[in-house]
Amino acid sequence: MTSPMRIRANVRDGVVDVRVLMAHEMETGQRVENGRPVPAWFINEVVATHNGKTVMTAQWGPAVSKNPYLQFRFRGGAAGEKIAIKWTDNRGESRTDEATIA
Amino acid sequence: MKRRWYGAAAAVLALAFGGGLTAQTQEETQRGIEAYRQALQQGNPAELFEAQGEELWKKPMGPRNGTLEQCDLGVGPGKVAGAYARLPRYFADTDKVQDLESRLLTCMERYWGIDVQPVIDAAYTAPAKREIIALTTYVSGESKDVVVDVRPTHPKERAAFELGKRMFFFQGGSHDFSCATCHSEDGKRIRLQDLPNITERKGSALGWGSWPAYRVSAGQMWTMQWRIQDCFRQMRFPEPIYTSEATIALSVYMAATASGETMRTPGIKR
Repeated sequence: MTSPMRIRANVRDGVVDVRVLMAHEMETGQRVENGRPVPAWFINEVVATHNGKTVMTAQWGPAVSKNPYLQFRFRGGAAGEKIAIKWTDNRGESRTDEATIA
Repeated sequence: MKRRWYGAAAAVLALAFGGGLTAQTQEETQRGIEAYRQALQQGNPAELFEAQGEELWKKPMGPRNGTLEQCDLGVGPGKVAGAYARLPRYFADTDKVQDLESRLLTCMERYWGIDVQPVIDAAYTAPAKREIIALTTYVSGESKDVVVDVRPTHPKERAAFELGKRMFFFQGGSHDFSCATCHSEDGKRIRLQDLPNITERKGSALGWGSWPAYRVSAGQMWTMQWRIQDCFRQMRFPEPIYTSEATIALSVYMAATASGETMRTPGIKR
């Protein structure tokens, strides 16, 4: 089961500032618990879509922290429009959440 | 290359004029810490816990399949806004002074119909503690920017305050420590963490008003009970039982001392 992301998107002078908090364990695969290694489990791709168009993709690895925070900006968004964020992890699990640009 | 040379020069100067420059370096370190903290404030993962907690608050759970929406946190049944800023307080129905976490246990027992002993006994990192940690974070967020108003008037509140104060200054254990050893002077810190002076209003608010907090290095959401438990561990005191009288008394002492200042919950720490 995955938990919802918290997404905030604000437009100013045609530039949309997007801030995303994702809930994810982000296990590095380096950690040992009770004598057994904990398998790697991390988000390896983040895609941001605005009006069906990809405005950002990110390839992530195990060095990104637990419950990661991501901020980026893009041009061309307007208030009231939607921005969708999708993450996919190395287990193939994914989650998409949407927010309205304010 | 140039930068390295400056560094060497600074080191030599520091040797020559010891005192003054050391103070300046400390100020710089302090500024660096401040900048780092500001960067962290941007995206506090505590928000994820708040969202979980809000869902749990409204969701029918347990054998009674009830919700916490009727739970009285002291400002009326089901009212969450501003409740945390007025806790701990005396509750007539339980005839006890309760902090947020012990009050939530009462409500979980009453409306969900669950046995809360396993929640009390569980380690803070155990799954059994997840719900109460999320709920605590949610309720605390609803008191963000609210002025702390804990003024012990009921005899049991007064007794808890006095007990908490005694607990705060009680020195003992293998390291001969008390809470006051670290928290009764201004300007102290352990590595990157400032140690608030809890004996006065502003300092106490820095401590009391910033928990529960998300701890970035551990990726964990810590409640005030967890914070207190870990202070006890660091002092090499016996581990206090979750929501025990001593921990609530300490909270009354901190909250009452912080009264008049503002809650900044949920917080974020290194």
